[in-house]
Amino acid sequence: MLTINLAIFIPFLAAIFIPFINNRFKQTHIGWFILVVPVVLFIALLRFIPTIARGETYINSSQWIPSYGIEFTTYLDGLSMIFGLLITGIGSLVILYSIYYLSTKESLTHFYIYLLLFMGAMLGVIFSDNLMALYVFWELTSISSFLLIAFWYHRKQSRYGAKKSLLITVSGGFAMLASFIMIYAMTGTLSIREIASSIDSISDHALFIPALILLLIGAFTKSAQFPFHIWLPDAMEAPTPVSAYLHSATMVKAGIYLVARFTPIFGGGDLWFWLVSGVGIITLFVGSFFAVKQTDLKALLAYSTVSQLGMIMSMLGFGSAALHAGYSPKSVVYTQAVFAALFHLVNHSTFKGALFMVIGIIDLQMGTRDIRRLGGLISLMPVSFTIAMIGSFSMAGLPPFNGFLSKEMFFTSALNVSNLDIFSLNTWGTLFSVIAWGASVFTFVYCMIIVFKTFFGEYKGRHHENKQFEPPIGMLISPIILGLFVVGIFFFPNLVGKYLIYPALGHIFPSMTLQLDAYSITAWHGFNTELMMTIAIVLVGGFLYLTLHRWRGVYRLFPETRSFDAVYNHSLSGMEKGSAKLTKLYMTGFLRDYLVYIYLFLVAVTGGVFIYTGAFSFDLSQDSPVSSYEWIFVVIILTAGFAILFAKSRLTAILLNGVIGFSIAFFFVLFRAPDLALTQTIIETVTTVLFLLCFYFLPEWKKESSPPSSKITNMLISVAVGLIFIVIGLSVNSGNLFEQVSLFFEDADELAGGNNIVNAILGDFRAFDTMLEVVVLFIGGIGVYSILKLKKWKGEENIEGD
Amino acid sequence: MNDFLLLTENLLDITLFICFIGISASIILLMYRIIKGPSNADRAVALDSIGINLMGVAAFIGIFLITSKLTDVVLLIGILSFLGTVAIAKYLEKGVIIERDLD
Repeated sequence: MLTINLAIFIPFLAAIFIPFINNRFKQTHIGWFILVVPVVLFIALLRFIPTIARGETYINSSQWIPSYGIEFTTYLDGLSMIFGLLITGIGSLVILYSIYYLSTKESLTHFYIYLLLFMGAMLGVIFSDNLMALYVFWELTSISSFLLIAFWYHRKQSRYGAKKSLLITVSGGFAMLASFIMIYAMTGTLSIREIASSIDSISDHALFIPALILLLIGAFTKSAQFPFHIWLPDAMEAPTPVSAYLHSATMVKAGIYLVARFTPIFGGGDLWFWLVSGVGIITLFVGSFFAVKQTDLKALLAYSTVSQLGMIMSMLGFGSAALHAGYSPKSVVYTQAVFAALFHLVNHSTFKGALFMVIGIIDLQMGTRDIRRLGGLISLMPVSFTIAMIGSFSMAGLPPFNGFLSKEMFFTSALNVSNLDIFSLNTWGTLFSVIAWGASVFTFVYCMIIVFKTFFGEYKGRHHENKQFEPPIGMLISPIILGLFVVGIFFFPNLVGKYLIYPALGHIFPSMTLQLDAYSITAWHGFNTELMMTIAIVLVGGFLYLTLHRWRGVYRLFPETRSFDAVYNHSLSGMEKGSAKLTKLYMTGFLRDYLVYIYLFLVAVTGGVFIYTGAFSFDLSQDSPVSSYEWIFVVIILTAGFAILFAKSRLTAILLNGVIGFSIAFFFVLFRAPDLALTQTIIETVTTVLFLLCFYFLPEWKKESSPPSSKITNMLISVAVGLIFIVIGLSVNSGNLFEQVSLFFEDADELAGGNNIVNAILGDFRAFDTMLEVVVLFIGGIGVYSILKLKKWKGEENIEGD
Repeated sequence: MNDFLLLTENLLDITLFICFIGISASIILLMYRIIKGPSNADRAVALDSIGINLMGVAAFIGIFLITSKLTDVVLLIGILSFLGTVAIAKYLEKGVIIERDLD
């Protein structure tokens, strides 16, 4: 039995074997072997349809990181079924198309490895039940999409587009991860099914709103919703099969899937409703409005994808109102919106895939995709024209194509939502249907541009080098199949509705009992408002298309310099410049500045913490009295210390330093530490001698000519550091909290057989430290030796090679 | 009479203190020479004398603290002070302390 868990890994496994197959069969196009993978998966999924349609679900679980509750659990229900079929089905068609589209001169192994990685990741996203597994696959889609966009990596534009899409989608992915962690913090589980069942108890949790917003940011960036839609047009630098597959049919719908999947969890509140429907409807309008402006066919299709995704998103938002209203016969109109969303999702994948493929064919045959250089292809490429016409008219929402049905249902839901009296919709709700209608007009206009500017008008042959126009039949198979689906779904919509979409509804509205007969789609539903709207669209849209050259100037109101792309570019370069400036500001290269930072930090943090916690308290009454001997050495050290600061020659400074060192040795004597005193005197002498040794090689002792302001800063900082340490020392000394451990060492004679307690500690009780300090001295010695020996003398050849 | 007895009991302490004051005064005066000293040779001699004074101080403190553990210190200061003075002297005379073998 092929479980879903295994199915997800088939593409990854296949990706591993691609290079081997390619080496073995050099003559055959490697795509033929790859084609097997999605076809097998598609057939395997098809076999589940009858049981899924009966409402059954399949759960497969395998352990991954059980100690953190992270399991690799797949969940096959109606919702993931739709996406699974789209991914594998359109995946098969796209691979078939790419076999003819890409010549064997391209680095095909790379292409198919990336594509299979993407396919497996996408299947993982939609089937994962565990949030962490979902996130892992989600990022894998981002990465494989990045690789695919930059497939022709020698082009600057490809690299730019890939970077842009990666930055935007991965930022969204991080937001989503944060949301997942919040959800885990709220519910204590990572399984989506369990979260959905326990969500009622947490809907007033403090993290609920942040989690909702972050999740939507993740979904919106992936699905190219406003204002994150800017990466999608630039992703069109990818090879056309990639654009058709990733950027119209699958990856951009991952965000849609996420919203649909989390509707039962977050839906039902006004924030979710307004964010999803509001952003969706804005995206719909912005996408369709700017699509008209484009002269590059792929850019046009990219904006139209943005627009259609906004439409699906807004319908999902409308549908979430049903969760607020609760189940009643009246709320069917809202659940129908989700039904329409999923229906349009399927429709969009079919016609947009077909359109991308046709445009790829035109690009390949004509050498251009610029509409200003195309025209009159109807008699030269009849098959491509037919498919393009089917796709465009379906996108415009004309009968007899499936886009008509979903657009009518979209209008129905938009009109219904305007009549709602929740979420203060009675004041703003009408805007939804107005914007939806306006956006549809623009949709109609750009669909007409695709068909008429490309295939009608005069043939501008002198631009084109190719004489044979219609491509090989193999290239046409995939768009023809998709075109057949576009028409087929129009005539038999209820097949799709009953077996694919209706089963998914039950998982989006788990608490409701939904009647199947409420969701049958009828192509003819009488003369109602929706039909009137469509007729008005055709009339107004046709008028706008014919007068396009007159009002095109309106786009000059939205110059490139003020678009969201410009915002993205400016913020990116601004961030780079800003961080460079910031780094230059504090990384001056002067040791003095870094020391100032370190000491300021020390004073501020240490002093701040001590003052904040009130630890600066000391009591001098318990201190032992200071003898006159001690006073004398204190005076000597003070005199020498201050004298160093004003020393005129280096020798004076060194000698004064020696005086301080010897005085410290005398403090050791006074405080009864003969071993320390011995060591201190020796070390002090050696240090002084070393200073004198270096003396000869050092330059003249120059007074630093620093401005008085920096001298004052230095003084203030050094005084502050000194004060802090004095006060800390005093405070520490007055708080004697624990019994001393040194009482243990007083039995050194008995325990270690030594009278000298210091030496017993160094050589016996704590000998490990001593050993390492010996090592330190050893390293120091070797270091000095190698520095002296390996120094590059003047005129000597540089043997290190740098 | 009692006063006199008390004085003899504290005689050692008083002597020590007076000596200590004297040595300290000389150290401070020598310090002045180190700081001021017109030539480096003056400084070197002053440092040597400070070393000898320090030997005295160490011995005094040994008596004051009634311990014999500090005699090592006294001897060490003697050696080091000698070595240091020789090093400084050599530096002042030849500019280097350790000469390179020319053979």
